[in-house]
Amino acid sequence: MGRYVVRRLLQMIPVFIGATLLIFLMVNVMGDPIAGLCGDRQCDPATAAQLKKEFGLDKPVWQQYLTYMGNVFTGDFGTAFNGQKVTELMSTAFPVTIRLTIVAILFEIVIGITLGVVTGLRRGKPVDTSVLMLTLVVISVPTFVTGLLLQLLLGVEWGWIKPSVSSDATFSELIVPGLVLASVSLAYVTRLTRTSIAENRRSDYVRTAVAKGLPRRRVITRHLLRNSLIPVVTFIGTDIGALMGGAIVTERIFNIHGVGYQLYQGILRQNTQTVVGFVTVLVLVFLVANLLVDLLYAVLDPRIRYA
Amino acid sequence: MRGATHAKWAACAAAVALAATACGGGDSDSGGGSGDSSATLSSSWGDPQNPLEPANTNEVQGGKVLDMIFRSLKKYNPETGKAEDMLAEKIETSDSQNFTVTVKDGWTFSNGEKVTAKSFVDAWNYGASLKNNQKNAYFFGYIDGYDKVHPEDGSKQTAQTLSGLKVTGDLTFTVKLNQKFSTFPDTLGYPAYAPLPQAFFTDHDGWLKKPVGNGPYTIESYTKGSQMSLKKWDGYHGDDKAQNGGVTLKVYTDNNTAYTDLMAGNLDLVDDIPAAQLKNVQSDLGDRYLNTPAGIIQTLAFPFYDKNWNKAGMEKVRTGLSRAINRDQITKTIFNDTRTPASDWTSPVLGEAGGFKEGLCGDACEYDPDAAKKLIEEGGGLPGGQVKITYNADTGSHKQWVDAVCNSINNALDNDKACVGNPVGTFADYRNQITEKKMSGPFRAGWQMDYPLIQNFLQPLYYTNASSNDGKWSNKDFDKLVDEANAETDTAKAVSKFQDAEKVLRDNMGAIPLWYQNGSAGYSERLSNVKLNPFSVPVYNEIKVS
Repeated sequence: MGRYVVRRLLQMIPVFIGATLLIFLMVNVMGDPIAGLCGDRQCDPATAAQLKKEFGLDKPVWQQYLTYMGNVFTGDFGTAFNGQKVTELMSTAFPVTIRLTIVAILFEIVIGITLGVVTGLRRGKPVDTSVLMLTLVVISVPTFVTGLLLQLLLGVEWGWIKPSVSSDATFSELIVPGLVLASVSLAYVTRLTRTSIAENRRSDYVRTAVAKGLPRRRVITRHLLRNSLIPVVTFIGTDIGALMGGAIVTERIFNIHGVGYQLYQGILRQNTQTVVGFVTVLVLVFLVANLLVDLLYAVLDPRIRYA
Repeated sequence: MRGATHAKWAACAAAVALAATACGGGDSDSGGGSGDSSATLSSSWGDPQNPLEPANTNEVQGGKVLDMIFRSLKKYNPETGKAEDMLAEKIETSDSQNFTVTVKDGWTFSNGEKVTAKSFVDAWNYGASLKNNQKNAYFFGYIDGYDKVHPEDGSKQTAQTLSGLKVTGDLTFTVKLNQKFSTFPDTLGYPAYAPLPQAFFTDHDGWLKKPVGNGPYTIESYTKGSQMSLKKWDGYHGDDKAQNGGVTLKVYTDNNTAYTDLMAGNLDLVDDIPAAQLKNVQSDLGDRYLNTPAGIIQTLAFPFYDKNWNKAGMEKVRTGLSRAINRDQITKTIFNDTRTPASDWTSPVLGEAGGFKEGLCGDACEYDPDAAKKLIEEGGGLPGGQVKITYNADTGSHKQWVDAVCNSINNALDNDKACVGNPVGTFADYRNQITEKKMSGPFRAGWQMDYPLIQNFLQPLYYTNASSNDGKWSNKDFDKLVDEANAETDTAKAVSKFQDAEKVLRDNMGAIPLWYQNGSAGYSERLSNVKLNPFSVPVYNEIKVS
């Protein structure tokens, strides 16, 4: 187990370097960011040269990348154009997005898995058909439509919530945005769980458990669900990264100042330091989440062993 | 269907707003229709692009804050745009080159420090100095000694302070310019010329976290990238004291969300109505919607560094293109009258006396497809048989109007391929291509004035090698007239010289004027006396909250 984890951690290094290099190059291809800082006029050449020097943009790209990576390992992610440290931006943006992701994941787990179990056990019944239809609708409607619609209905027409999230972004304010963010994944989780449950319900060990006279609740939670969860856990694990990075649309609609907002602004202003810094952290989140998912397999199914 | 939904919105917004006023009675004693000088309002905001230093802020979001926490020697009247004395007791000159400035006594910064001549001189020296990376440094370019503290070629600066600035007394200082510039005092309302307290220099990081100024508001708290709350400053010395208790600026990533928040009664003031809502804004807000002229003009510039666009006869082609654009129709259908067809190269906010002259462009800006076709043929046709209008596609609704302009040109010339749009992904990249002279045809050029003077609409944009002369248009007659106008001490004569220069610009069609842009805003029923100044920024200190 220990050796497996170490091996996985070592594998992360090339992935990490490759991903950051790609992002670094991509942002650089967009051209000189200084030109956009002076509004509809040309920056005076002396100030522009000075700014380039300050942000290290006068050096060749490979050298910029090496300096940047060197700094990252000492915890210095550079400075954004508005004079703020990128680490400072991260410390305000990540807690908000993490809260939003937690809300979204909770929705996926609680509603998604429950619906999945219910429909999986009642395959072909009216409940199953209607939930299936509903998930199909949710999957086919884009997030920004769901978001704007809920914002308009709940926020303006009925006045249940505030249409935008305040700068504190507390858990209670994030319920609706979290639901919007989770909606599509939630539908997938329902469908995955349903299929998995329906399949395993006919397996030998379930029949044995029923034959032993175990209570129905115990059969379902202990034997059936635990074995059916492996594909679902894989999905939710990879989804954590996707939700954190993919919240741009939801964060824009509800005016949440999280990772998506910083990335959007960073890209518009071609702020290499912000974009690369945030993406680097997101890459790490992805990698760690994947490792955790793989380790969870062993917990769910003792037959799986890592050596 | 759409109309019906929005009627409901309006009704709902009214209901919410009524409820808000009803609730508002709790925290404000007066309530009712009259203003409550302690109630605060919330307003939409965007994250400033640069650190909030006066000489480093060149966009409207940061400018909004500076406008509230700073007062300079002059202030532009929010209605007429005329420069009026604020901190200046008097500014005297006999030769339009050497100025003596006397600062009014009794002004202080909100930290108690006195505003003196030194506060100004230190601030200006800081703004001009190359080592401080101030993006508005060029504003000090008229002051003697600028080339020493800010060498254009980026070589080492040989002086720390401008030799043209001298403190001569506690409240007096002299300014020596490197050229005659009669309207120089009128430029001093620009935020870059604001005075700065000593704390700015001694504890710079601390100051940036919570800027301190001498204006009607002080900053109570500032969460970068998210929110700033400003409080009325009771010790403010000027006569334009804040009529409300304070302003909370909230950062919105998307102006649509801000608009929705206004509809739901969650926000009091939105100063940027999203293009998609322009159709409904009248029915949603009624008379709580403002659409007033701002000092912004949109033009199409040409790459004069490209031989194809700079050869003899091309002025006819450029004029022809100008006449092929149906400005009336585009401003009506695409912009819902938030733009006005342009007929000169300045802005209506200058007023007649300030140099705005409706119709100066004459025939050259009148839509006439037949004349357009003829002119373009006479001039030798479009270079390469097609024009590509380059624009940045990331902000504004540039794509819509560029397509409309192209459509108009194509229709006038009976040629589906005469004009196409050429989008560039980001603003920075767009500016880059312009700076590197990579434009191959006309391109979008917008100009928001720095100060309401006709000089500001002409010299930075069309003078040979000027800072914003993106098309590199150059004309000796134009330059000569501008120089003469600047040397003229009589304002009326100076203005008429500038207009002569503008006529040179017209005859060569150095840039096609498209339309004057308006500022737009919407506000909740709690507010009254809401106005936009000529810079399209709400006049916060005059807003009354009930």
